Amino acid sequence: MAVSASSKVMNNVETVRETLYEAMKNDDRTVILGEDVGDRGNVFLITKDFVKEFGPERVIDTPIAEASIVGIAVGMAMEGLRPIAEIQFADFIYPAFNQIVGEAAKTRYRSNGEYTCPLVIRTPYGGGVRGALSHSVSIEALFYHVPGLKIVAPAFPADVKGLLNAAIDDPDPVLFLEHKKTYRLIKGEVPGGHYTIPLGKADVKKAGTQLTVVSYGLYVHWALEAANQLETEGISVEVVDLRSIRPMDRGTILESVRKTRKLLIVHEDNKFGGVGAEISAMVAEEALFDLDAPIRRHCAPDVPAMGYALPLEEEYMSSPGEMAEAMREMARF
Amino acid sequence: MAKTEITQVRNSLERQGLSDDQLKAIFRNMLLQRQLDNRGFQLNRQGKVPFALGSEGHEALQSGAAMAFERGKDLLAPYYRDLGLALGIGLTPYEIMLSIFARAADHNGGRQFPNHYSSKKAGLISFSSILAAHIPHAVGAAFAMQYRKESGRAVLVTCGDGTTSEGEWHESMNFAAVHKLPLVMLVENNLWAISTPLSRQMGQPDIYKRAEGYGIPGEQFDGFDPIASYGAVKRALDRARGGGGPTLLEGVCYRFLAHSTDDNDMTYRTRDEVTAHRKDDPLPRFERVLLELGILGPPEIDAMRKEVLRETNEATDRAEAMPFPAASELYTNLYEGAWEPWQ
Repeated sequence: MAVSASSKVMNNVETVRETLYEAMKNDDRTVILGEDVGDRGNVFLITKDFVKEFGPERVIDTPIAEASIVGIAVGMAMEGLRPIAEIQFADFIYPAFNQIVGEAAKTRYRSNGEYTCPLVIRTPYGGGVRGALSHSVSIEALFYHVPGLKIVAPAFPADVKGLLNAAIDDPDPVLFLEHKKTYRLIKGEVPGGHYTIPLGKADVKKAGTQLTVVSYGLYVHWALEAANQLETEGISVEVVDLRSIRPMDRGTILESVRKTRKLLIVHEDNKFGGVGAEISAMVAEEALFDLDAPIRRHCAPDVPAMGYALPLEEEYMSSPGEMAEAMREMARF
Repeated sequence: MAKTEITQVRNSLERQGLSDDQLKAIFRNMLLQRQLDNRGFQLNRQGKVPFALGSEGHEALQSGAAMAFERGKDLLAPYYRDLGLALGIGLTPYEIMLSIFARAADHNGGRQFPNHYSSKKAGLISFSSILAAHIPHAVGAAFAMQYRKESGRAVLVTCGDGTTSEGEWHESMNFAAVHKLPLVMLVENNLWAISTPLSRQMGQPDIYKRAEGYGIPGEQFDGFDPIASYGAVKRALDRARGGGGPTLLEGVCYRFLAHSTDDNDMTYRTRDEVTAHRKDDPLPRFERVLLELGILGPPEIDAMRKEVLRETNEATDRAEAMPFPAASELYTNLYEGAWEPWQ
């Protein structure tokens, strides 16, 4: 992707905001609905002042009722609007589970293509922000099992813009996951003008030769930090940012693994049944004999979520240091 | 039906403005409904279809409501016991039988259970078996109409009494009320949620009274009387189309059959109870009204019955002769275009 002259440096929250703003300006079928998206402008101020410009009929403060936030958006989508529903925190998505899994994901399929559901559900997820049990969870594994959905979890501002545009343009339901710790922490150059990044395309964020690390979200940044540290120790690590979780990019993963012959998967979500399990299985099926070491997953422990107390959060979360150690072990194998 | 009730129907006000032809069409729909309904159960007992759902007892409620629906303008978000509404807004017996036989030519391509209709052309919104899940969809559709300033249109959404216990039912009513959406929520109260009677579903058995809690109009009507159904639904749809907001309607009827071909209702209710309700069966009741009023004579009714049976037989034979979907159809229409989770 060429960086155009009008590119600028933004953080993730500013990028989401600007991308949504452009979508609202460009297509009057687009409406935003969710809790506190109107006058409050979303709890992270992503839609601040949108209601002044686009009106309360397009920036809809809903009652506190997540199932119907998604359900009403499904109905809007079936009848020609392009809704962007917001679940205030990913932890609150559980009441909407049926509307996402049972309805949005099946609308096209169950009507044999007669009805479609072009819907984006945005939600901030992830920890490291003292979010405790109910403001820090990763939800992707609960949904990536579900045919009919697409799931995106970008880490960098330029990817946020391209993938959010692609999600909004997509004719099928997309769950768009925004890691809240990256919201203001991560800044990057974002090209100007409208562009999209295809859903299902990973991106090699750092080239390397001795070990492949696959990750997404906040942990991509930490994996890069760890990989750069290892570079100074003479270990060359390749970091693959999945960006999309469903569909997932087999080609990029396999190409990298066949080159480095070692695979470490790193994610913030629980290890058991997580995204890493599917990647491990795929690589074992497709490239077992290209590997020089067993596949390893460096993921969260099998507990419901991180605790509020700092030691409980730190115990749950990985860190660049822990990731570096996991990488060293793999390199030594 | 007592003489006085028939006299009331004769009065043009009580006819709710329905012409003789409309009253005949309502009766014909009721006959067709029952015939198709029973056909589904017969086919199941013959081992030709694995499953069927009946709407017997809902005929009057549904044919009256369907007559208030404006084709080409309104949308219908029904549930799985709405054969009469589907017929009344324009689906054909052949389309119904395609659904029962799960043939490739069915709107859903044989993917869904019988009675889970979908027809963009008829304005019938696709729905699943998960109760109340379709009600927020109806609200979203009504929002889209209001957002595009399409006055003169409304969404008619239906459900049974059981569905009113779901959270999404409440959430939907609340949202529709807040935004004064062009929506009519028609509850077909047949007194049973599979095996659970109304008394174990809710503390207040008059479902329409919940309307007050939402700040919208509510009305209860005799669901065995198609004219009462038409009148209530017409008033509510007209109000919705004119910007007057949503209405909660409750038509009280009865489910004469078991929940489905897989249910045995004698495990939770008595034959006596069913027989007692049979005395109010809406078909003979409405037939008597039409005869009394001279709108239809016995020979015409006889001819109508024969025609409905012939139509049902033809639809059955034609649909049965159609092919199943090819096994390869399992993989189509999941997303737009070809699909692989690994790319």
